[in-house]
Amino acid sequence: MHTAATPTVRGLATAIRNGELTAVDACTQALDRIHAEEPHIGAFTAVMHERALDRARRIDAAGITSDTQILRGVPVAIKDNICTSGVPTTAASRILAGFVPPYSATAVARLEAAGAIVIGKANMDEFGMGSSTENSSAGVTKNPWDLSRTPGGSSGGAAAAVAAGMVAAALGSDTGGSIRQPAAFCGLVGLKPTYGRVSRYGLLAFASSLDQIGPLVHTAEDAALLLQALAGHDPHDATSSDEPVPDYVSTIDRGVQGLRIGVPRAFVGDGVDAEVQRSFAGALARWQDAGATVVDIALPHAGHAIPVYYLIATAEASSNLARYDGVRYGHRAALGKGEGLREMYDRTRDEGFGAEVKRRIMLGTYVLSHGYYDAYYLKAQQVRTLLRQDYDQAFAACDVVAMPTTPTPAFRLGEKTSDPLQMYLGDVFTVSANLTGLPAISMPSTPSASGLPIGVQLTGRAFDEPTLLAAARTLQH
Amino acid sequence: MSSLTRGEVTRIADLARLALTDEEVDLFTKQLGDILGYVEQIQGLDTAGVAPTAHVLNRSTERPDEPAATLARAGALDNAPDAAPEAGLFKVPRVL
Repeated sequence: MHTAATPTVRGLATAIRNGELTAVDACTQALDRIHAEEPHIGAFTAVMHERALDRARRIDAAGITSDTQILRGVPVAIKDNICTSGVPTTAASRILAGFVPPYSATAVARLEAAGAIVIGKANMDEFGMGSSTENSSAGVTKNPWDLSRTPGGSSGGAAAAVAAGMVAAALGSDTGGSIRQPAAFCGLVGLKPTYGRVSRYGLLAFASSLDQIGPLVHTAEDAALLLQALAGHDPHDATSSDEPVPDYVSTIDRGVQGLRIGVPRAFVGDGVDAEVQRSFAGALARWQDAGATVVDIALPHAGHAIPVYYLIATAEASSNLARYDGVRYGHRAALGKGEGLREMYDRTRDEGFGAEVKRRIMLGTYVLSHGYYDAYYLKAQQVRTLLRQDYDQAFAACDVVAMPTTPTPAFRLGEKTSDPLQMYLGDVFTVSANLTGLPAISMPSTPSASGLPIGVQLTGRAFDEPTLLAAARTLQH
Repeated sequence: MSSLTRGEVTRIADLARLALTDEEVDLFTKQLGDILGYVEQIQGLDTAGVAPTAHVLNRSTERPDEPAATLARAGALDNAPDAAPEAGLFKVPRVL
């Protein structure tokens, strides 16, 4: 889908800086493509025509005001669980119907400070809970590569908007793979930064120790540009890191000479589609041709990452979603005679949340409850430590860990909706990066014979996004 | 394979403040039972002496207790389903 004609962030930013294109041109072109594609893709929950054009006019009138405006005039889509001041933000949930945030997320504020134009809110699985964007109160999003298939989730709208050429970049969020899996299904580069690298302030929390915001784009260079604008300490987010922010853009061409790529062979064998295996092997071969070496490593606890994830993430979610109670924002259930506060809570939440959200809240409530906490939640946290130790030991022998991003290419709409557990198992390669807090990037490798995108994933040491971006850049050339 | 009873599911729903329909209780009893049966595999792992990881950050997040600008009350009330803005309060049904 990415052709010479598909806009990239770099291409647009350069053309606008050189005066070949105005911000209003870029915005108008994006709106035209949205108008043409949206009827069959359904990537957006809201498109901000007037607001975006107004901002574009002001950007054009102001001219270039500083060198930090590296995204000046570039239209972007924002996943609808990221607060945009004055613009509805619903997390694709009925429980937040009509919610208009009084502030913007730091990530949005930083993109806008860099000159980007928010053009719309992207569809998603409700509260980030899902792997197909089929759990949305706003309807289903289709994969632009094959309209009978999902774009993945939970950042499916963000991925589809970029893959269909409607925007050059979108912000997603990733708790268990929700940027990387849609990137793989839609032929994009998707980056989950190191935990704490990008502020979570203004991201509607799903699992606070796992969530991160990151870019979905066509190229490694575009990912570097967005990360440059997003990264850095935020006093509004107590979990944000004060690790210095390097220059992600200038180091992107350093190549992979001498890079040691670790492959957990035992882990990437079973249950992986033959075409994904071939595509993965092809990516490893291309990196070797470019000077990297491939080494076998072991991640003994990686096979338990999914149960650990679904215990920890749901426990944290049950706490984070307790705030949706009908009191301060969003939906409030109508009450009958003789009903009071308790009925308001219970019915607001039953009416407002979809089935997957209810399942996860209940699972999380159960594993945190008296009598079960030690056997489930505490145990999961201990295995989380063991998983982090696996990666720390692996990084003595390698610099990045490589795996396919997903065991299969994009599955069909409706294929997994009747069996929640089947849906969860697709996250096998992505959840470890969230549990360990390590950065991970998915990038396109050779597609399937029928032309479906396939992604390869690299996980790096904490704050080593530069190595991930350089490796992704190498694969794309 | 673990299973949950209907009684446990209604107890959890009560804790989670979810007014489930009977159909939902039936469906979730089955689905949550399956999921618990799957996640239970970790109980067989040896974690003796392993410290739990609640969070990947290992640093203090303290800061001086100094007031700073915060969300204005008016903005905070704007999305309320029911409010008394002149008193700066959200309004809810009485507790019965």
